[in-house]
Amino acid sequence: MTATSVEKKYTGLTPFLTVLRDVLARPSGAIGLTLVMSHLVLALISPFIVPFDYKATNSSMMLTAPDATHWLGTDHMGRDVFTRVLLGGREALLVTGIATPIAVTWGGFMGIFFGLVGGRIDEVLMRIVDAFLSLPWILKMLVLIVTFGTGIEVLIPTLAFFYGIPVIRIARAATHDVIARDFVSAARARGHGRFTIIWRELLPNVLDTLMVEGAMRWSWMLLAFSSLSFLGFGVSPPTPDWGLMIADARGFMSFAPWGVLGPVIALSSLIIGINLTADAMAKALGIDRAQKAPV
Amino acid sequence: MLRMLLRRLTLGFITVAIVSVIIFSGVELLPGDACTAFLEREAKGKLLENCREAQGLNRGPIARYIDWAAGAIRGDLGVSANGQKSISELVGNRLKNSLLLAASSLALGVPLAIFLGVVTGLWRDRPIDLTLSTLAIFAMTIPEFVSATVLILLFSVWLGWLPGIVLTPAHAPALEFFPEILLPVIVLTMVMTAHILRMVRSSVIEVMAGDYVQMATLKGVPYWRIVFRHALPNALLPAINVVALTVAWLLGGVVVIEVVFNYPGLGRMIIDSISDRDLPVVQAIALIVATVYVGVNLSADLLTMFANPRLRTLYMRQK
Repeated sequence: MTATSVEKKYTGLTPFLTVLRDVLARPSGAIGLTLVMSHLVLALISPFIVPFDYKATNSSMMLTAPDATHWLGTDHMGRDVFTRVLLGGREALLVTGIATPIAVTWGGFMGIFFGLVGGRIDEVLMRIVDAFLSLPWILKMLVLIVTFGTGIEVLIPTLAFFYGIPVIRIARAATHDVIARDFVSAARARGHGRFTIIWRELLPNVLDTLMVEGAMRWSWMLLAFSSLSFLGFGVSPPTPDWGLMIADARGFMSFAPWGVLGPVIALSSLIIGINLTADAMAKALGIDRAQKAPV
Repeated sequence: MLRMLLRRLTLGFITVAIVSVIIFSGVELLPGDACTAFLEREAKGKLLENCREAQGLNRGPIARYIDWAAGAIRGDLGVSANGQKSISELVGNRLKNSLLLAASSLALGVPLAIFLGVVTGLWRDRPIDLTLSTLAIFAMTIPEFVSATVLILLFSVWLGWLPGIVLTPAHAPALEFFPEILLPVIVLTMVMTAHILRMVRSSVIEVMAGDYVQMATLKGVPYWRIVFRHALPNALLPAINVVALTVAWLLGGVVVIEVVFNYPGLGRMIIDSISDRDLPVVQAIALIVATVYVGVNLSADLLTMFANPRLRTLYMRQK
């Protein structure tokens, strides 16, 4: 983090609008935010605009090429690929959309708290965090999912729990970073109480980092969610999901590539959109994202 | 110096110990045990008791943990639930194959990433930087199974240049995996290069803005001499740690890549053993992977410290 994150620009706008304007001023932010917003809007309205029933199979129309009725062709069960691509992100967005704020909140809270407390407890907690991070995400997730099932009532808490752990680390580092700054000493010298300093000086600065971190977590979560679906541990058929659709269509890739390409483009554009936005947001807030460890 | 080394080693060991407790209690807390998982519906009465007797599941959890941990230190990871085979034997070939995949990607990706990272850092915000940085975001954020699928479609299905699936058995010697290993290595390299490139880039930018670089410029030192003699050694040191973190983080991605390409490594074994609910194998693999992670990070920390005199004295002073 550089010093620029601290010097807030006073432009008469609320902080949120200032950040939004800065994000949109960058090409990456404008493209990214447009992609994310279109995906969100599509996810909301797609059930009302899809041309076909997503689970209506048709044995005489299997793996047909794209044409005027079936814009992206049909899959191996004769279902319309375009319909399924439109609907395929809903489950993923619902699960990650709920799990991300939970993860960032509990991870951020723990990180700030233990960053402030310090000492032995902090040392022990960080060892536990390290230990959790040293297990690959897929292993942790799969063990829970195989035991408790693949419904969203399992996926949301699982994702929220595991993806909050790295946030602890980030929030703790940001807390240490801010606490050592001159303006905190200044507030202390002015005679402000501990809670005023935490509320007025520390939190606004740590929240910047957490916002960017939240966007990143969201994209990693989407990646995890769709990877799980792809491996057969996520959404259960016939619910349309991009990861699952790619897994199903892979076998017919040599003669029916449209079944793969539709969901590939949909999933990639969403994840890239989130990352471009996060990137622009980090630059707008003066946080260098590239310095973060990829955990 | 020695004290610091010991301190780092102890910390690494403690982390592995905590991981082993997490793994063990995690599996312990799950409903059922290795026997109910293995016997499934027949898990009742005499059969279940015999199985538990044979697996030594009748004793308390602490006694079993000590047994398991002591075995693991000696290199004995126990036996699998269904096959009654030694896990160390089962895992051996798989581990070798996964390391082969990782090592090839590292050998290809690290030099490439450092080169591209320096280029993008020195020509910051120029077209070459914007292009490469954008490509890097694409490469690191698109899920591995998506990029793998696209590459198979491109190079294997449409162009027919490379095999899209690995058919070599797990115990085959390393050389026989060529050329089947190429596509998985390319996918892994892509993701890894993107991560390291971004870190090297920001580190180069930071160093080039430093006082001593400005000083050298003012003294009249030629630009390329500044880059190679003054800036790069300082910029690349942090890269060691980044490479370590990336390697560790990739372990999760390797699982997906191994499944996509049918590669007989540890990753696919994880999926198989979890699907079969073969808990002893899951425990063993988790422990191995975590140990590799901690080991890689530890070596990176030590390497950075030995290579950087400033950090060395800093650590000494802290202690």
